[in-house]
Amino acid sequence: MPCIGPDGTLTESAKALLKLLEQPATPEEVSARLGHPLFSVRASLRELVGAELVQAEGGKYEITERGEEKLQVSPS
Amino acid sequence: MTEQVQQTPSLPRLGAPAPQFEAVTTLGTLKLEDFKGSWLVLFSHPADFTPVCTTEFVAFAKIHPKLRELNCELMGLSIDSVYSHIAWMRNIEAKLGQKITFPVIADLDRKVATLYGMVMPGESKTETSRCVFIIDDKQVLRAMIYYPLTTGRNMEEILRVIQALQTSDKHGVATPANWRPGDKVIVPPANNQELAEQRTQDPNLECKDWYFCMKELK
Repeated sequence: MPCIGPDGTLTESAKALLKLLEQPATPEEVSARLGHPLFSVRASLRELVGAELVQAEGGKYEITERGEEKLQVSPS
Repeated sequence: MTEQVQQTPSLPRLGAPAPQFEAVTTLGTLKLEDFKGSWLVLFSHPADFTPVCTTEFVAFAKIHPKLRELNCELMGLSIDSVYSHIAWMRNIEAKLGQKITFPVIADLDRKVATLYGMVMPGESKTETSRCVFIIDDKQVLRAMIYYPLTTGRNMEEILRVIQALQTSDKHGVATPANWRPGDKVIVPPANNQELAEQRTQDPNLECKDWYFCMKELK
């Protein structure tokens, strides 16, 4: 699902994904836990990595400091 | 003198890797490679806010759960903007009660339409025809269906083709005309004399002749 709006706002699915990535996870694990299709998770992770809100290492993804800050300032 | 270069439309080939692309969709920017590991029905429709296309979108949405059961995703495409797609999908939900759950590519620059040979100038120079591309979990193009602008597609046939291909992959068989799940399948013809003779003697097969044998799948 798209994660960041044109004005920089996080979508609800992005917030859920960032919250989940406070613990490192593979795309498959994210898909299973959130119930989102894998293609959608892959696209979302690519977008979040591009925005430096998530980083990838060894096949797993984890929220960055910038991602944590963004999450804190984004109202639920 | 200015040289004009014409881009020759191409058709993808069955059995070859499906042409890769990255596209703006109603579910964000997607790449074909995002779908690796699952089958994909990629289909095009001529235009948003048109009646035959609307019936097709409702029909595709209705088979989406069944496709997912077959480990198959669904993605549409037309040469319309993402805003038009969003408005039309909201209209379908409001007027016809059907939520559209799959992504739809907004192919305004016709990049994907050109890669996949979706535009048939004899029908329309600006709209894609009704094309269906069945791409397997390894991103190989396995089947194509091309329908004209006037004629809505048959969802049961699209499901049937996917089930037939998956059956062929799993069991190393072929499927006869009008095959449906549960029907007998075709054993690949013998390609040497010894095997041809064996086939006619095999009690587990129903052979009309050495090259034409069928069996039930267990």
